[in-house]
Formats: sequence, structure tokens, C-alpha cells
Amino acid sequence: MSAFFTKLFPHPILTLALWGVWLLLNNTVGAGHIVLGLILAISIPFLTSGFWPEKNRIRAPFALLKYAGVVLWDILVANMAVAKLILGHNKDLRPGFFYVDLDIQTPIGISLLANTISLTPGTVSCDLTEDRSRLLVHALHIEDIPAAVKEIKERYEAPLNKIFTVC
Amino acid sequence: MFEWILSALILVGAFFTLVGSIGLYKLPDFFMRLHGPTKATTLGVGALLIASALYFSFNTDQISLHEVLITIFLFITAPVSAHLMAKAAIHIKLKQVKRTQNIIK
Repeated sequence: MSAFFTKLFPHPILTLALWGVWLLLNNTVGAGHIVLGLILAISIPFLTSGFWPEKNRIRAPFALLKYAGVVLWDILVANMAVAKLILGHNKDLRPGFFYVDLDIQTPIGISLLANTISLTPGTVSCDLTEDRSRLLVHALHIEDIPAAVKEIKERYEAPLNKIFTVC
Repeated sequence: MFEWILSALILVGAFFTLVGSIGLYKLPDFFMRLHGPTKATTLGVGALLIASALYFSFNTDQISLHEVLITIFLFITAPVSAHLMAKAAIHIKLKQVKRTQNIIK
């Protein structure tokens, strides 16, 4: 039974996401679209499963929700902070590059981390080393690089590492 | 009252989008300029989209939620394009402001 289930739904998360996106795109929860969306959401991951070799599993869905909340809040704060920096004097800004050593190894985790870094306080992720061990980050204004690295690791990387796992 | 909330959201959205554009114009080098569009616009466009979702949900019969989708697409695409542009900029060795710490060569 469970082998059959995995074959039919190779990527359960993708299936749910596609279903949700279909309903949002059509902006309706009519019965017809629920069925049509479900057919698409099941057949697309089934037909394309060859392109998605590694399977990701969310180990802690509530931690993911909490993470999303933290990131949304940080985006709000980041916008205020960056707006203030942009409207201030250019010569007060101390831009800089720094590397973050990654503990996280799953591709989805690294992409989410890079994505989060780009959306939050004054930092943009610029490059990932080829062995996926370090992420290059550019900051608009930074005074204490070790503290910034520590914050990124504790605030974003640790929860992501807990949430995603390859199975 | 409802219109006041909507107006406030639209004004906040417009303000942050404007700040993003100002950043794009006035910051000294490419890497710093990237910060304006990636951040200031997420909140700017976000606030505008919330206003749109609220307006169409309350003023028409059905709930309008496809604005959520636009937000998600924006949150995925803005950092990815910023990342690719930064990577390309490092590759072709674009000028960095002299006071940049740890200049990448």
C-alpha cells in the first residue's frame, strides 16, 4: 500500500502546492476547479518525477510555519531599516562582502536560506561555492561581520536544517 | 473607515516602492544598488497587493486571493534574479566602492 502511494504521489508537497496554486490562479473554490486541479496536481508530479531525483521531506511542518512568520516579520523590519539607509547619506554606508559557512546540505534548504538572506535586513546572497559549503553575501551596511554571520546561522539556518531532510 | 485602511496601505506601498527606486538611482555601486529593488519593493508591492485583495474581497461577492500568488512569485523571483545578477557582476569584475570590506577580486 505504501509503495503504491509513493508511486502515485512521488512528491506529496509538490502535489499540494500545485493544487493550491491552481485554485489561487482561478481565484475560485468551485467543484469543477477542485477536481481539475486535483487531476493536474496528481498527474504533473507523476509524469515529471524523473526530473526530481531527490525527495524532500518536511520533518516539522509547524517549525516551517513559525519560520515563515519569523521571515515575514523580518522582511517588514528589513524594509524599514533599508529605507532608512537608502534615504541617509551615501558616505555613512559601510558595505561589505562576507562568507557564511553552511551546515545545511539539502539543495532546497540552501535555496531557501539564500532566498531568505536576500529578503531580510540589508543583505543579498551573491554566490555559492561549488562544493556548496559557503555562501557569499553582500551587505549594504555592516559593522560587525562575525555577529551578522552568527545571527544568520542561528535565526535562519538552524530552523531550516531542522525542517528539511533528504529521504 | 475601510477606505482609510485601504488608502493607508496604498500610500505605504507607494512610499516603499519609491524608496526602492531612489535607492536604485542614488547608491554608488552595482552591489549596493541591488538592495533597493530586492527589499523595498517586496513590502511596497506586498502592501499594494493586500489592499487589492481586501478591496476585491469586500466589494465583490467572492473572496479574491490570487494576490497571494503574486506575492509568492515575487518572493521567489526577486532574490533569485538578484543572486544571478550579483554572480554575473562578480564574474565580470564590476567596480566596487573603495570602502567595501573584503573586496572580492
